[in-house]
Amino acid sequence: MSNVYTEAKKGIDPGTIESVNSLKEDYKYGFSTDIEMDYAPKGISEEIVKLISKKNLEPEWMLTWRLEAYQRWTKMFEPNWPMLKYKKIDYQDQYYYAKPKSLKERPKSLADVEPALLETYAKLGIPLKEQEFLAGVVGAEYASADVKPKVAVDAVFDSVSVGTTFKDELAKLGIIFCSISEAIHSYPELVRKYIGTVVPRSDNYFATLNSAVFSDGSFVYIPEGVKCPMELSTYFRINAENTGQFERTLIIADKDSQVSYLEGCTAPMRDTNQLHAAVVELVALDNADIKYSTVQNWYPGDKNGNGGIYNFVTKRADCRGVRSKVMWTQIETGSAVTWKYPSCILRGDYSQGEFYSVAIANNYQQADTGTKMTHLGRGTRSRIVSKGISAGKAQNTYRGLVNIHPKALDSRNFTQCDSLLIGNKCGAHTVPYIENKNSSSRTEHEATTSKIDDDQLFYCLQRGIGEEDAVALIVNGFCKEVLQALPMEFALEAQKLVAISLEGSVG
Amino acid sequence: MLEIKDLKVKISEVDKEIIQGFNLKINPGEVHAIMGPNGSGKSTLSHAICGKEGYEITGGDINLEGNSILELEAQDRAIKGIFLAFQYPLEIPGVGNLSFMRTALNSQKKARQEKELNPAEFLKLVKNKASDLSVDMEMLKRPLNVGFSGGEKKRNEILQMALLEPKLCILDETDSGLDVDAMRQVSQGVNALRSPNRSFLIITHYQRLLTHIKPDYVHIMVSGRIIKMGGPDLALQVEEKGYGHLIANQKN
Repeated sequence: MSNVYTEAKKGIDPGTIESVNSLKEDYKYGFSTDIEMDYAPKGISEEIVKLISKKNLEPEWMLTWRLEAYQRWTKMFEPNWPMLKYKKIDYQDQYYYAKPKSLKERPKSLADVEPALLETYAKLGIPLKEQEFLAGVVGAEYASADVKPKVAVDAVFDSVSVGTTFKDELAKLGIIFCSISEAIHSYPELVRKYIGTVVPRSDNYFATLNSAVFSDGSFVYIPEGVKCPMELSTYFRINAENTGQFERTLIIADKDSQVSYLEGCTAPMRDTNQLHAAVVELVALDNADIKYSTVQNWYPGDKNGNGGIYNFVTKRADCRGVRSKVMWTQIETGSAVTWKYPSCILRGDYSQGEFYSVAIANNYQQADTGTKMTHLGRGTRSRIVSKGISAGKAQNTYRGLVNIHPKALDSRNFTQCDSLLIGNKCGAHTVPYIENKNSSSRTEHEATTSKIDDDQLFYCLQRGIGEEDAVALIVNGFCKEVLQALPMEFALEAQKLVAISLEGSVG
Repeated sequence: MLEIKDLKVKISEVDKEIIQGFNLKINPGEVHAIMGPNGSGKSTLSHAICGKEGYEITGGDINLEGNSILELEAQDRAIKGIFLAFQYPLEIPGVGNLSFMRTALNSQKKARQEKELNPAEFLKLVKNKASDLSVDMEMLKRPLNVGFSGGEKKRNEILQMALLEPKLCILDETDSGLDVDAMRQVSQGVNALRSPNRSFLIITHYQRLLTHIKPDYVHIMVSGRIIKMGGPDLALQVEEKGYGHLIANQKN
């Protein structure tokens, strides 16, 4: 397999490598880890789907599920309605499976984790404490010392989960937090019951593709009446040339349970476009409460619009139970192309859905993002707060649908859509659809578009604040409502990320 | 402190020379007032001194403590000690008044290689200065200038001035939109900052602010130049007879 790896490396034009190296300064997270990859050959076919399933040692039903998805996918077409322009993706020119070579055997404990991986986490700024846990060094100490870290990490490196922390601590409460491949083995009845019930295999082109070839992802189950005592967190990272990332996450919050989950990602520097098509499914039963926060910082491409991640994500929550509640919070700063609409199906009576979003597009980035709130139950509530920031030559689109069905009596929606422009060459677009099918429900929509104006900047400069700091200050103020919705420990990180993403956008 | 020599300023956008040969010298500790009718170039002058973009210096020089500042960016001029109390302070939604002020103070301290203040130290400092200007905690926590009344905005400007301790304070029509009580508070705030090392340039239409902040010199500015200079009496003369009278005299 290492031959395949060498070939992949050989295929790159030396000039490209040079130019990538010269750009490294610009993208702080643009490095790649020197770990040999175990690739499946390029392209997608039934054989590849079978191979992925086999590599994951999956049961028959999972393979059948994947193959059915694959068959359907071959008859589908890529959506053309988003306000996005990108080079046509050659699906036969992608790798659909890669995993760190030394992990051919599933790691039995964290001590098996390769040091280079841990170094990667260090570069990504994963808190030291979590790194230590990932390395397995503090496990014993943790049990004796009374210091309880607040975050549990399930780290996904390329395709295979390499280590899961806090598992024992969570297990005591009956909480399951593991990779989805592990869940397929250990908790097949739960996976089988819920997978594909929120985002069906037939849902859309990218979700169907994911269903066929998903490599790994996270699985969370919170039992009845349990409040998860810490933030659950997964760090995603693409690390192999031309390896599409097809993560699959499934979170189930049983009756009266509560969980807060954070997904954060950065990707290494690449000059070829990388496809990312993740699926996230959330299920909230009666009175359950799920908070799902994302900080997305995939490589956005260089200043001239070369490279960058194509990010086509399907995220949906099913508020199945009475008075269940789901809150999506996303900080989208990365990717060359973002196509993402975290949504809520408000099926249970009095269920609630919230969507808080900051989408930043700089240079040549394009973002088409928003949400769908489908009100099916009585007295359902939804709230949408979207803050779009465009700078450079970027295009930023909010696309949303609020759909109140005839039986969803006494429902409410509030939507606030604000756009901020920096400079004269970027664009902001708002495409809100509102469909209200009964007379007892109410919707509200507010939208503003503003520009950081020269007077505001001058005011800050006159107080001695530098131009970039001033922009960061103004933008953070603009996003405040959303940043505040993030869990405390990530809010600060997100604030810094907002500033970093807009560096060089003025002057 | 400040010396302006034969200054000519053009506003790039309209391609028009607003200030045509302006001279002014302010010594340390002095308070100068510039009065003039609408459109005489008073605000243009303040923006040009502070280095706002779009104001093109077509001739002359501006010196601060003996050095030309024309090559300096607006931020660097502020760090050198020039402060402008805005006629229309800008609103910045979502940015807390306190955190804005701390960012400003620490940016200046950092640039001067002084020790930055932590939030606790800063809060103590602000509370001290704020009480004199009737600025309460509630106002400090609100987003910068958002929903502030005219009086609140101006008091907030003076508070920033007190915090940043500039060498040269420019007040651009600080009296506009103020009621009698607010005018008194603002004036007291300004007077408290008067010191032998600090100079003031007060731009105003009306004499009334100058009864509270007594200037050493009064200049009358018309069409981008100073046409008359005098003591505090000159302000009273304007109040009584208007600018037209002075302009007419000038022509004779």
